[in-house]
Amino acid sequence: MRLLKLVPDNTNIDFMKWRNLALILSIIVTIAAIALVAVRGLNLGVDFIGGQSIRVAFNQAPPLDELRSQIGALNMGDATIQESRGAALPGQVARPEVIIRLPLPEGDEAAANRVATQVRGVIQSNYPGAQVLAVDTVSGKVSGELFRSGAIAIALAMLGIAIYIWFRFEWQFGVGALVTLAHDVAMTMGFFSLTQLEFNLNVVAAILTIVGYSLNDTVVIYDRIRENLRKYRKMEIVPLLNLSLNETLSRTIVTSLSILMALLALLLIGPDVIFGLTAAIFVGIFVGTYSSIYISSPVLVWLGVSGESFVPKAAQAGAERVAPKLGKDGDGAQV
Amino acid sequence: MLNFPRWRLWAITLTCLLGVALAIPSLLPATVTQNWPAALSPRINLGLDLAGGSQLLMEADTSSLTRQRLEAMEETVRREMRTARIEIAELSTANNELSFLVRDPAQAGPALQRIRQQTQSALLGGTTEWTVEGSGNRVVVRSTAAGEAAAVDAAMDVAREVIDRRINALGTLEPTIIRQGASRILIQVPGLQDPEQLKSLIGRTARLEFKMVSQGVTDEQLQQGRAPVGSQILPMAQGGRIAVERRAMVTGDQISDAQQSFDQQNGQPVVTIRFDGAGGQRFARATRDNVGRPFAIILDNVVLSAPVINEPILGGSAQVSGSFTVESANELAISLRSGRLPVELRVVEERSVGPDLGRDSIIKGTVASVVAISAVIIFMLITYGRFGVYAMIGLALNALMILGIMALFNATLTLPGIAGFVLTIGAAVDANVLINERIREEQRRGRRLLDALETGYREASTAIFDANITNTIAAVLMFYFGSGPIRGFAVVLMIGIVTSVFTAVNVTRMFVALWVRRKRPKELHI
Repeated sequence: MRLLKLVPDNTNIDFMKWRNLALILSIIVTIAAIALVAVRGLNLGVDFIGGQSIRVAFNQAPPLDELRSQIGALNMGDATIQESRGAALPGQVARPEVIIRLPLPEGDEAAANRVATQVRGVIQSNYPGAQVLAVDTVSGKVSGELFRSGAIAIALAMLGIAIYIWFRFEWQFGVGALVTLAHDVAMTMGFFSLTQLEFNLNVVAAILTIVGYSLNDTVVIYDRIRENLRKYRKMEIVPLLNLSLNETLSRTIVTSLSILMALLALLLIGPDVIFGLTAAIFVGIFVGTYSSIYISSPVLVWLGVSGESFVPKAAQAGAERVAPKLGKDGDGAQV
Repeated sequence: MLNFPRWRLWAITLTCLLGVALAIPSLLPATVTQNWPAALSPRINLGLDLAGGSQLLMEADTSSLTRQRLEAMEETVRREMRTARIEIAELSTANNELSFLVRDPAQAGPALQRIRQQTQSALLGGTTEWTVEGSGNRVVVRSTAAGEAAAVDAAMDVAREVIDRRINALGTLEPTIIRQGASRILIQVPGLQDPEQLKSLIGRTARLEFKMVSQGVTDEQLQQGRAPVGSQILPMAQGGRIAVERRAMVTGDQISDAQQSFDQQNGQPVVTIRFDGAGGQRFARATRDNVGRPFAIILDNVVLSAPVINEPILGGSAQVSGSFTVESANELAISLRSGRLPVELRVVEERSVGPDLGRDSIIKGTVASVVAISAVIIFMLITYGRFGVYAMIGLALNALMILGIMALFNATLTLPGIAGFVLTIGAAVDANVLINERIREEQRRGRRLLDALETGYREASTAIFDANITNTIAAVLMFYFGSGPIRGFAVVLMIGIVTSVFTAVNVTRMFVALWVRRKRPKELHI
């Protein structure tokens, strides 16, 4: 049986040739993502701004404008109403779902109960057969704490991982990991600002996951760079990075594809409630694959990593070879 | 590579079998396993977002507790000074401290000493609950931070028990009630869709007091809210305000039972309470001494009613009326029976999920997981052939072992946990990919098969290790900072990291070793 080879043997792509262009593009896109978050903002869920979120399933799709005015008539502040993409599995009847979000009267808990009860009443009297699926109520105090602890967790995860990489490799690698992570997180936040998907606690969990998993590629590539730096101590850094990237390219592609495929199944047929979480991880893994090649590696060049700066911890006999043994058809990376 | 000792083979096989066996009960319908002994049927708990149910996070109003403590201290001071015949003046509890003047400066010393005796109960670590200072003939008593914290802690423990009793009085629910942080209680009730009744039941402090209505208070004083000495002004349930004496005749702490019943005269729902021995005596004495005067029945600082005492009530029981429905009277009876909450609790977070949404999530999550596993398996097969088969077996074992370990530890599977499961499935093959790609590479470099296998497994291991450490750091922080469902996600990730490294490295290696030993292959298509 012929096996599938997504990446041919002995590729010799000059990734680093494009590193300056890629850098400029990455900086522009990252700044754009940050600006987008700053200007357009995130569609923060009740987890982070407090309030009440009521998920309702209808027998037929309700006219949203009508629903909005019916709920607006209750005079309970700015209600946002959004349709949820409730897909049905074969054999199931798809019931359109709507999420109604209402601000919470601060400090008045009895009022919050009234709000939920009134909304239930309005829906049940106007749309017989409609069903309240879930209600989330978060007070302003708790939402503030959730926001803070989420931000702290992400920051600590980024720092912790960067420090770990620093200890396992060298300080330049730690900086590279941190820059890569910052890029991946910024891009994911930008994606949420762009699509205005709800940004809630699940998405924070997704970002933490991205911080862990999108760095996998980077770690594997760094591992190979370290190995090659020890092996070919006289080799220039740029060809060495190219060599390492090419050697690990097949693995990078196969693993990323396998994760993305699994996540795609969840995106397309998984529960709607975790659509945001899955979408965030999907985007993060995708971005992470790019950044492991075009951000984490070039950073090493700019920080001046070379065979000399990396003191081999276990100098092996024969570590003085100048160039890798070449494949018979490729001409390999030249020094 | 050939060197694969027999004990290791057995250890790996047994671990896998154990993991799979642990997963089986969770995969069978509950009706099948319900008659199995508990030790043989560990099951994964479903989180509220999958099983349906309600969750309430209640926060204590610790400032009310501070006030209560200060009031209790005021009582103590008055009592002590009375028994010691020390006259005091200008007693105030403003600014969260208790201060007063001793009229006779000569008595300041003894007064100070008496109060010190009352307040020197030491906490752990030798700190005290109060500090007592005297300057001239003024005495100031302040609560210490340690005393405050100890009081909150004790109150929260009691509150937890009271809530437990109240929810259990509702019947068949199986609540989980845990303290969270210094002043919060998390209540999870599976299967309860509408938490309104629960909230009104546990949101009520149920502090019941019987106090005499103050005499000679003018309407003007009531309107201005200026209570005469020894009195306080409280709102009435029907509207308006009333002045009552500060000292209670009897409180809800002195009742032995409370039941919902009906008023014999007008048929209205009421709550009949029965006092304990001491409470009954106090109530009898107070009503005997005050025939013809009105007294107030006060619940959580609201006056429910203020009937006139027509005759002494000696039977040791009383009726609490106040425009109840049968349900609200029953709720009050439950609250009174289970004791008052030592501190006011507010709902700060509430989440409820209906059973339909949960069931829908489980079905979709399961289908998505199966599709994801199948897709990854097919991908592995067409990419790595024989080694793909090994990866596939590893993957299937991995999925089962995650479930098995979760069942073993009684871990809770949440909706984000399902996403964690799918992600782990996708990422689990990474170790196999790393190894297989490395073997391919070593073969290209001209190594012979055995050598390439050996080098592949050895060289890939550092990358596998480092990559999984970064995942672990993120998952641990997620667990530490996250709440409910997110923790479920982190748990799956952490278990998945361990099982996937085990299956991807040890299990596949065992298969490869067995294959090599048996077939002695000369070359390998990978």
